[in-house]
Amino acid sequence: MSDLFKPSRRAFLRGGAAVAAGSVAGAANAAGPDPLITELQDWESYLGAGVDETPYGLPIRFEQDVVRRNVEWLTASPISSINFTPIHALEGTITPQGCAFERHHSGAIELAKDDFRLMINGLVDKPLVFSYEDIERFPRENHVYFCECAANTGMEWAGAQLNGVQFTHGMIHNMEYTGVPLRTLLAEAGADMSLDKWVYVEGADASSNGRSIPMEKALDDVLVAFKANGEALRMEHGYPVRLVVPGWEGNMWVKWIRRIEVVDRAVESREETSKYTDVYEDGTARKWTWVMDAKSVITSPSPQMPIKHGAGPLVISGLAWSGHGQITRVDVSRNGGITWETARLGKQGDTKALTRFYLDVDWDGAPMLLQARAMDETGYVQPTKDQLREQRGENAVYHNNCIQTWYVNAEGVAENVEVS
Amino acid sequence: MSKSLSQIFLPAAGGTALAAALAITIANRDYGNDKISSLEGRVAQVEANASAATQKARAEAQRAAELQAEFEAVQAAAAATAAMGVDLTAPAPVADGGYGLGRAAHPEEIAAWDVDVLPDGRGLPEGRGDAYWGEEVFAEKCASCHGDFAEGADNWPVLAGGFDTLDDEDPVKTVGSYWPHLSTAWDYIHRSMPFGEAGTLTADETYAIVAYILYSNDLVDDDFELSHENFAEFEMHNKDGFVVDDRAELEYSQWRTEPCMDNCKPETEVTMRSVFLVDTPAEGGTESMMNPATIEGLPSFSASGAAFIPQAAAKPVEVAAAEPAAAPADAGSELVAAGARVYRKCKSCHQIGDGAKNRTGPHLNGLFGREMGSVDGFGYSRVFQSAQEEGRVWDEAELAAFLAQPKAYMNGTKMAFSGLKKAEDLDAVIAYIKSYEN
Repeated sequence: MSDLFKPSRRAFLRGGAAVAAGSVAGAANAAGPDPLITELQDWESYLGAGVDETPYGLPIRFEQDVVRRNVEWLTASPISSINFTPIHALEGTITPQGCAFERHHSGAIELAKDDFRLMINGLVDKPLVFSYEDIERFPRENHVYFCECAANTGMEWAGAQLNGVQFTHGMIHNMEYTGVPLRTLLAEAGADMSLDKWVYVEGADASSNGRSIPMEKALDDVLVAFKANGEALRMEHGYPVRLVVPGWEGNMWVKWIRRIEVVDRAVESREETSKYTDVYEDGTARKWTWVMDAKSVITSPSPQMPIKHGAGPLVISGLAWSGHGQITRVDVSRNGGITWETARLGKQGDTKALTRFYLDVDWDGAPMLLQARAMDETGYVQPTKDQLREQRGENAVYHNNCIQTWYVNAEGVAENVEVS
Repeated sequence: MSKSLSQIFLPAAGGTALAAALAITIANRDYGNDKISSLEGRVAQVEANASAATQKARAEAQRAAELQAEFEAVQAAAAATAAMGVDLTAPAPVADGGYGLGRAAHPEEIAAWDVDVLPDGRGLPEGRGDAYWGEEVFAEKCASCHGDFAEGADNWPVLAGGFDTLDDEDPVKTVGSYWPHLSTAWDYIHRSMPFGEAGTLTADETYAIVAYILYSNDLVDDDFELSHENFAEFEMHNKDGFVVDDRAELEYSQWRTEPCMDNCKPETEVTMRSVFLVDTPAEGGTESMMNPATIEGLPSFSASGAAFIPQAAAKPVEVAAAEPAAAPADAGSELVAAGARVYRKCKSCHQIGDGAKNRTGPHLNGLFGREMGSVDGFGYSRVFQSAQEEGRVWDEAELAAFLAQPKAYMNGTKMAFSGLKKAEDLDAVIAYIKSYEN
């Protein structure tokens, strides 16, 4: 762009910002004294809510649009469906349970702790039944892990589809789990833990959602979890007990877990043959694609989080994660992948957990093509859409970890796009 | 499957047999020869034992020294750690011999829950059913979602056809065209179907339904009978169509490289804009609409940024502050709350409340006082069409009778629901539906 053009553009932007100031929260820049400061406000004079007004607090009403949302036409019924975490409006890394995405196959069930039973059977010396109280008596661990649905970003194989990071990337949440290592329960039952064996897990709900997990993973870091973010699991996340399978696709994190069976081969249930497998261009399908590869996305600015403040200091904020371990680096591009700048990590990423990254920039008000690219501890670099399509074609549904692009125009409006 | 009994009993039985055989052999030997050789043997054994014992003692002493060194190293490390006041975290221990928690599972309990079926047919119960009968069962229990011919209604899964489409642009993945094992179909149908009444199908019904699905895929004739006996013989069309995850070889090997940072391409431009715009109304959910914008007039980008600032871009839309959604009239009453729980059995097919639409069943807003079979745009069964012609109107008594035994009360209804058995459930769900009177 020419130097001649710059001054007039800057002037235009300043003008735009001034107009916006009247309507939005620009009062801090107002020309005259601000009545919010100079005049006595109700809340400065009258009394607020007493303690116990809401024994279990909910977000203040001004935040009521920060909720899970579904896209109705994606599925046949809300009972066997999915909704999306409002990741555009969240910060840090921990997802509050109340807005963490839900995926049910036959609806979320109400299962009381007293009615909870967990059976271990199959290739074990002692088939056992545990009560909820039993689970709380085994030594436990705490870990933060992301849980991502294998179908996250799945719509986008066919090109830019849904305008909002909540809908393109919101099938993910990240919580601190408290639970008993699965290996402890397997040992208690005297399970055959040789590495050619499998663990088949199923839930107590009508779908039962059985999945087969190879013994090596079962003995590694799988947790039988009963708390998330310090409190009991919510109903929709599998109260009272769910499985946590770190770094692996969310479908394996069986909720309302009721049975663990040691078997000598994969069961090849509906959820590991008909679903959660991907067809490639030549008609063959890939199965047992458990690990979620490294991925990142800019959560703000994004279509639901336009830049409202005009040119000047801008925080570009996003999330990165990898099922292979820690995120070691995230790069951000503002020109659609021509030039990359290494972002600042909020803190060193936990293994198999969300990592927050930032690029703090002085926005000149020119349009941007924003992208983020994650790297994990294995040296894996998040691929572009073209790289993924070259490998897998366009008929895949699951495991789309492509680099996402937001087009941000001069007004700060962001849109989901694809670039050359 | 439980661990086989033979694995527990065979070693014990084998040991007994071996001991008996040895006893007979010894008795038959010549006594003198036996004595000499046994003495020689004992001398050799004592020598061998002495040597083994020496070796063992040495090994044990060495191991003890190693352990002592290890112990001291751990102690030193722990002391150093404690002195620095840092990380004392450790994984949860696993006690030798376990914790003695839990109780033994009863065989009846294992039988009740352990019903999964493996690809080789292990886990199948005895039973049989043919495609002919399966068609009847399917029509009654499955067709309201999957269609009379397993072709799928609305967004529900299509179960039949799609052969030779897996390498097309839009592969049709059905039981026939895609599923690699028949066990998967049997297991899933028996355990998780019908949707909303899981676990109610008998083994025979399941064999019949699976036989019918095979028939609707043109894989068998209508007199084909499927049973536990011939199950394992059946090979699926796509049994060899799957490869185990090979991303490590195909992708990781390429993508674990140092990425480009500068001048990664000469220029770039938008090739596609979002197909759908997604509005996020205050009451939750989303409204999607087609995006009318085209890529015309968008700037291209080079290393120095955008080529120009495009004119007439849309202003950001201010989202109005959300108001809490209005609760139904008497949502507070316990009966309505209980009814909401019962209604979970209905809601996979019937919507109710603001914006309720017809799904597999008609919406239920303002049901009482409404003529039967009268919701616009819903395709009723013949029995409900005639009920409308007769001018029959829904009231509490009619609904209670219908919900208690749907198929007996409305013979020919498409509603695949077996009915509510408890009077209190009927009262509660009626109260709940009533709370959406207007």
